Amino acid sequence: MSYDDVLDRYEPVLGLETHVELGTATKLFCGCSTVFGGEPNSQVCPVCLGLPGSLPVTNRAAIEFTIKIGLALHCDIAEWCRFARKNYFYPDMPKDYQVSQYDEPLCTDGYLDVALDGRTYRVEIERVHLEEDTGKTLHVGGDTGRIHGANHSLVDYNRAGIPLVEIVTRPIRGTGKHAAAVAKAYVSELRDVLRDLGVSDVRMEQGSLRADVNVSLMPPDADQLGTRTETKNVNSLRSVERAVRHEVERQAGVLDAGGRVVQETRHFHEDSGTTSPGRSKEEAQDYRYFPEPDLVPLAPPRELVEELRASLPEPPSVRRARFAETHGYTAVDMDQMTNAGVVDLVEATIDAGAPAAKAKGWWLGYLVGRAGELGLEVAELAITPAGVARISALEDEGSLTNKLARQVADAVLAGEGDVDAVIDAHGWRVAGEDELVAAVDAAIADAPDIAAKIREGNQGAVGPLVGAIMKATGGSADAKRARELILERLS
Amino acid sequence: MSGDSELCRLEASELAKRIADRDVSAVEVAQAHLDRIAALDTAYHAFLHVDVDGALAQAKRVDAGEVEGPLAGVPLALKDVIVTRGVPTTAGSRILEGWLPPYDATIVERMRDAGIVVLGKTNMDEFAMGSSTEHSGYGAAHNPWDLDRTPGGSGGGSAAAVAGFLAPLGIGTDTGGSIRQPAAVTGTVGIKPTYGGVSRYGLIAFSSSLDQAGPCARTVLDAALLHEVIAGHDSRDSTSIDAPVPPVVDAARDGDVSGMRIGVVKEFAGDGYQSGVTARFDEAVATLAGLGAEVIEVSCPHFDYALAAYYLIAPSEASSNLARYDAMRYGLRVGDDGEASAEAVMAATREAGFGAEVKRRIILGTYALSAGYYDAYYGQAQKVRTLIKRDFESAFEQVDVLVSPTTPTTAFKLGERVDDPLSMYLADLCTIPSNLYGGPAMSVPCGLSDDGLPVGFQVMAPVLADDRLYRVGAALEQALGTAALLDEVWRRDHAATS
Repeated sequence: MSYDDVLDRYEPVLGLETHVELGTATKLFCGCSTVFGGEPNSQVCPVCLGLPGSLPVTNRAAIEFTIKIGLALHCDIAEWCRFARKNYFYPDMPKDYQVSQYDEPLCTDGYLDVALDGRTYRVEIERVHLEEDTGKTLHVGGDTGRIHGANHSLVDYNRAGIPLVEIVTRPIRGTGKHAAAVAKAYVSELRDVLRDLGVSDVRMEQGSLRADVNVSLMPPDADQLGTRTETKNVNSLRSVERAVRHEVERQAGVLDAGGRVVQETRHFHEDSGTTSPGRSKEEAQDYRYFPEPDLVPLAPPRELVEELRASLPEPPSVRRARFAETHGYTAVDMDQMTNAGVVDLVEATIDAGAPAAKAKGWWLGYLVGRAGELGLEVAELAITPAGVARISALEDEGSLTNKLARQVADAVLAGEGDVDAVIDAHGWRVAGEDELVAAVDAAIADAPDIAAKIREGNQGAVGPLVGAIMKATGGSADAKRARELILERLS
Repeated sequence: MSGDSELCRLEASELAKRIADRDVSAVEVAQAHLDRIAALDTAYHAFLHVDVDGALAQAKRVDAGEVEGPLAGVPLALKDVIVTRGVPTTAGSRILEGWLPPYDATIVERMRDAGIVVLGKTNMDEFAMGSSTEHSGYGAAHNPWDLDRTPGGSGGGSAAAVAGFLAPLGIGTDTGGSIRQPAAVTGTVGIKPTYGGVSRYGLIAFSSSLDQAGPCARTVLDAALLHEVIAGHDSRDSTSIDAPVPPVVDAARDGDVSGMRIGVVKEFAGDGYQSGVTARFDEAVATLAGLGAEVIEVSCPHFDYALAAYYLIAPSEASSNLARYDAMRYGLRVGDDGEASAEAVMAATREAGFGAEVKRRIILGTYALSAGYYDAYYGQAQKVRTLIKRDFESAFEQVDVLVSPTTPTTAFKLGERVDDPLSMYLADLCTIPSNLYGGPAMSVPCGLSDDGLPVGFQVMAPVLADDRLYRVGAALEQALGTAALLDEVWRRDHAATS
């Protein structure tokens, strides 16, 4: 049954837990580098490997980044709080406990406003806390990359101890049919906030921003929330939307058949857009949280909090409003660009010299669609804002037709090189007047019967001649001008 | 000669002086102690690993004048719970057998920079859990006073090494009495410094909020000299206190207690205290009064609950601290046949690698932290801890130090309590409160009981008033002549090795 049908009958309730790897130079409790992509186990020391006797020392920058995130999300900053140990055994956890925060998070009770289709949804933030990331396990020898079926596993501890901020929303209600879009828009807005704060590179594809998506359905007459599922580690904006849609449809199927939704964690599959069961929460482990005795409590001085508050950049929503005004975009334009995640790309394209309307047109009217076809985030496309500006300029000066311009863009997207390299390689440019005249004359000479029809006033016969000219010029002819020339000569 | 060199009889301060004066080389001193270990440690089993090459190399650095200081060239016995780069470190557990740490503990660095010569790693109850060393994964240590008796625990190895003249100095760690109780039953001096006074970086954790490393020696001054070397702020330990080290050496040299107010803890007397222990303790208190101290009886009502609170807090933290011994990264690995899951290998390794007492405490702690039990056990124990701190704080409004017997009995026989955990736990009855509070405490000998075995006198001081321990300890040592008690051990061993 379709998503829309389901949401005629059930109220969707969302909850998002977003993990953000902070962009501090060093890890949360030691001096190891946090740079992504190093040789496995090259960025480790006794502390982040949890060797016997080692002790953590908290990275001040990580605390400040977390407070900034809390302030940007309108949270209260705790005057006194502690880290806690979350105890469970797993090979990628060096100490078999994770230093996290439990009942005393650093930031609480905030919100983030999310604009969608002219409406603003206020998403309430329950808490923002700081914890250490785990290592990364690679299951080798199976087909799935998951533990089942693997022959053995390898663990890379480079990621272990990287500061990770968890941002947890309160249950989000009242989104109705927009649930999936709101979920996506929330993560997108959060990503913009975090990027502007400069606290993370927020690259979902590298895992520096990842979302756990909680979904439940409430029948209209219910007085309490339905049973939720938690789809873990959804790592693109598009996937957030798809995961919500899938869970809504799947849970409705279960409920409609008289079944019971099982509270569990689920995995999202990028290829099929579906989820499958992970660990069941009903048999979940007891994490035996207790205050971390190796660390002293955190008591951020109020002066520091105020200093950080004063240092906050303009919120993305304000920045966008200013941007809209400068470039003459309408509210609808901004909504569209925001939801497509192209505001920054459009801005960079304008900065590279493109007119505002063309910059928007290229991204929203063409490249977003191409990204969808290629299954990529729009920011991952192999074309830069500068490249888009270059194509747009060539179009404006008449060197590229609209059709040719898209061909150039496609070639760049296919990885053939930058704009000028692609044009040179294919010899793509608009045919000059002399070349065009020659091609027109040749086409008329080659098709005397068609020429005769045109002379008789049958304008419908012009088309095949234009086609022949396009073919002869390798598509570089300006079709409109070719038509004019034919009629000039045959009237 | 084998192990009977008079060099081994000298106290640390005297040895350091002779080495500095070039009367004797640090290498000769180290070799004399290594020879004595070779001759006698088959009986004591104080050492788990003797680092001959490392000790001689460090002694050569001292002789070459590369390092100097008040303890340069003095040998030391290091409890095996302190991490040493490239030198086996097991914490007394089979689960860490063969592990060669890639780094040094902060106190190891500080001792090396001070020219101290680490002879090797000493025996202990596994992960410092025990009061007799019988829970060592490598067999018990023996008390130099009577080989059938325990040298105490968990730091029985360091205490036996110091009492048996295998080393003039030792390092212990004290979570509930593991420096002081061994000191008491071996006739040596042992100090648990203020929590946070000595870096824990490189101390393999048993209970993070209670563990503290400290000195063992045959004299109060020697202990103070070592205390000064290892203490002081360390940026690698968040719980390390950023404050000057209390003037412990000055206090140990001074030993003047006139005008000091000394509080005798009312709760630590009566049933369960051996009469000889009570007698020596009372005499020591009378001695202090004779030296001009004011003696006041003080009640600390919540001390009665200290043992119970300790046996919830320490195992809770231990259950988490010991989770990392999972066969994945270092140490023992059992059952990895290429088919077994990681979980199965973890379970098999922990089953094989941990001893019964460690398992008992992991289970206790896991239970105490479990959902639904946390408030009743761990939470309640933390409240008791707060009440005990308040007892100390209000007591220290009336007195400068508190005193009690260190342990209710003299050294018990090996095998006597090992199957009865509760009676074993009672050995730490008087020492645990200071760990829960965080203040410093010392055990200093105060004579021999009727059974001819040493009795320890405990002094407890406020946080960061470690110097007061040394003042009282030095006063007693001088007045009672207790540093000479160990001559009996020396004479006996001398006869045996000659």
